[in-house]
Amino acid sequence: MKWFDYQAPTTLANTLALFDSHPGAYLLAGGTDLLVQLRAGRKQTDLVLDIKHVAELNEISFDVADGLTLGAAVSCAQTYENAAVKTHHPSLAEVASIIGGIQIQGRASIGGNLCNAAPSADAIPLLIALSAKCRVASSKGERQIAVEDFCIAPGKNAMLPGEILVSLHLPAPKKGSGASYLRFTPRNEMDIAVAGVGASIVLEGGVFKHARIALASVAPRPLFVPVAGDSLIGKPVNVESIEAAAELAKGAATPITDMRGTVEYRRHLCAVLTKRALEAAVKQAQEAK
Amino acid sequence: MRSKTHVHTKINGEERDFLCEPRQSLLEVLRDTLNMTGTKEGCNDGNCGSCTVTLDGRIVTSCLVLGVEAEGREITTIEGIARGNDLHPIQKAFLENAALQCGICTPGFIVATKALLDKEPDPSEERIRFFLANNLCRCTGYDKIIQAVQQAAKEMQA
Ligand SMILES: Cc1cc2nc3c(=O)[nH]c(=O)nc-3n(C[C@H](O)[C@H](O)[C@H](O)COP(=O)(O)OP(=O)(O)OC[C@H]3O[C@@H](n4cnc5c(N)ncnc54)[C@H](O)[C@@H]3O)c2cc1C
Ligand code: FES
Ligand code: FES
Repeated sequence: MKWFDYQAPTTLANTLALFDSHPGAYLLAGGTDLLVQLRAGRKQTDLVLDIKHVAELNEISFDVADGLTLGAAVSCAQTYENAAVKTHHPSLAEVASIIGGIQIQGRASIGGNLCNAAPSADAIPLLIALSAKCRVASSKGERQIAVEDFCIAPGKNAMLPGEILVSLHLPAPKKGSGASYLRFTPRNEMDIAVAGVGASIVLEGGVFKHARIALASVAPRPLFVPVAGDSLIGKPVNVESIEAAAELAKGAATPITDMRGTVEYRRHLCAVLTKRALEAAVKQAQEAK
Repeated sequence: MRSKTHVHTKINGEERDFLCEPRQSLLEVLRDTLNMTGTKEGCNDGNCGSCTVTLDGRIVTSCLVLGVEAEGREITTIEGIARGNDLHPIQKAFLENAALQCGICTPGFIVATKALLDKEPDPSEERIRFFLANNLCRCTGYDKIIQAVQQAAKEMQA
């Protein structure tokens, strides 16, 4: 790796001030994307800012009114070990436990997964399905970005120079809700998704009241497919409604052919995985009653 | 001259100070600065697990940790596993089950296995395979490694 300086600020204000005065700096959370990219020469910088010592970025808390607050630097292991996450967002605990292996999970953060903006990132479709909001701050102020608007191109996110992701906010799950993320990988673990689907639903009296679906690895960015979720609203829970939504998800995918799979194969996977993710979400919603 | 950073840590229970460049990985510091060459470098990008150490009790791939990040933290490496001159039951089980050939992956497997068995003394075979998924072996084959872990689990409970 080329020479860089390292600083580990301990307050959000100091982090923002440093980032403001060093626009070329990179933020270090778990480093499982950043250090690989710096070593390979795909990124270069004079300054690495370690954000793991800032309280706001390490917060993990839940309350019924505000839902879940997940600090941007909280590791996957801290996420899936957290009692509130396990109880209220089991699908988030599940996705945190499939990112890399145990060694990666002790370092990698959900926030870093999002900021790195890979089309294949496993956490992002689920965050979109769960209607997560990103709290973004710079030395000039704060704003909120809906997670479906956060990634704009492979490796590019919607933050402006000087802005950092402070935390993710997931609304508390409503009664009758369920969510799931499923991916297809040739190896069971430690592999990149050929395709992935995040789905979140709310049921009321056997009818879909709310549904959101998003896809991984089949577009230049994690893909929110509102038509697929909307098609379910007001429909009864059955094979026809679920398969119709799965076809709409497949129709929205614009994958490429590469060594992991062809266009046709990936589109087929979108339909299969959407159906299974919806079925898993429905099962969770019905069992929670 | 760019200056090096002073880092204070505890490694295998002993207070250790070292100087390193911010760009150096913890793996480089262990091997090249501290001459602790038990920890191995395989891929240098997080995939193979041969560089596994524990950092504040959690296993990590030390090629994806900066040396400077170790400030104030506790590290355990393969050199800290044996009990004095006696091999740890996990080390014995790897030997007795011929769970190594070239041995490059072995330190990583042993550090990871210890992390598993310290927390979960009686894991299922499936759990062992999932837990060790971040450790790759190119020569031995995984069955012997899994058998060694199972034997170590039995002996550590006895
Ligand atoms: C062996 C291995 C296996 C992997 N397996 C998977 C997998 O199965 N699924 C998957 O999705 N990913 C996988 N990854 C990729 C990676 O682990 C994840 O994307 C991880 O979640 C990134 O988090 P991090 O904390 O390590 O990010 P970092 O590497 O620290 O940061 C990633 C990027 O985001 C920026 N950044 C970090 N935090 C912030 C912030 N708060 N504000 C602004 N910018 C920020 C950094 O500057 C950097 O550019 C794997 C990686 C490895 C090495
Ligand atoms: S050398 Fe670190 S994981 Fe391979
Ligand atoms: S014994 Fe050679 S890599 Fe495992």
